[in-house]
Amino acid sequence: MKFGILVNEGPYTHEASDTAYQFVKAALAKGHEIYRVFFYHDGVNNGTRLTVPPQDERNVVKRWSDLAAQHKLDLVVCIAAAQRRGLMDAAEAKRNGKDADNIAPGFRISGLGQLIEAGIQADRLVVFGG
Amino acid sequence: MTQETQVRVSKKFLYVNRKAPYGTIYALESLEVVLIGAAFEQDVSLAFVGDGVYQLTKGQDTKGLEMKNFSPTFRALEDYDVTKLYVEKEALEARGLLEADLVVPVEVVSAQRMAEIMEAQDVILSF
Repeated sequence: MKFGILVNEGPYTHEASDTAYQFVKAALAKGHEIYRVFFYHDGVNNGTRLTVPPQDERNVVKRWSDLAAQHKLDLVVCIAAAQRRGLMDAAEAKRNGKDADNIAPGFRISGLGQLIEAGIQADRLVVFGG
Repeated sequence: MTQETQVRVSKKFLYVNRKAPYGTIYALESLEVVLIGAAFEQDVSLAFVGDGVYQLTKGQDTKGLEMKNFSPTFRALEDYDVTKLYVEKEALEARGLLEADLVVPVEVVSAQRMAEIMEAQDVILSF
């Protein structure tokens, strides 16, 4: 089956991102396809490379980046939600006159159309959090 | 965008609004998805359940909150061909609200009927 995934909450405060990650990992292990993981609302904060969690804790952001590298996942951060919350890539930082970017490896910033497209293309769109 | 709008598959999308309009950003950002999604010419419906019914109430005054009152946007949905708005009857009643208190024409349905509407969808986005 082809899954689309929507993550609506940021790391640590909510379990949504953890559950989504475990779901994606389990689905891949069973041979399913992940069409896209879309991060919306505070979920965009899963895409900042500047998190430094305590060493004896899971690293939510790095886990997503590693999984993306391993399985060529398409991790998409909503641009509108990202702009509100200070999550940007180099191009966005330049366009908005900001002095830094913070997007983590494996993530890309794009529009809400990518979420709708995932809903259309996937057999199931599974929503986590919110 | 060009590539995206070439997608011609039509699916039934339901946006489920469960939260009050200003305590959290879910309602506003849900509406943003609806507006962007309208360009994809899918079969779109909106559901309002629980505190989500407050999103549609008339006379919202957000000046004191220093937030944008986005309730007028619901009146513009018709221009986007988004006309199927379902409101849970039990949610209205529990909050002492009437259909006449809402900013747009809606179809008030029982929780039971709402479940059937959800069952008939291809994609449910819940905010």
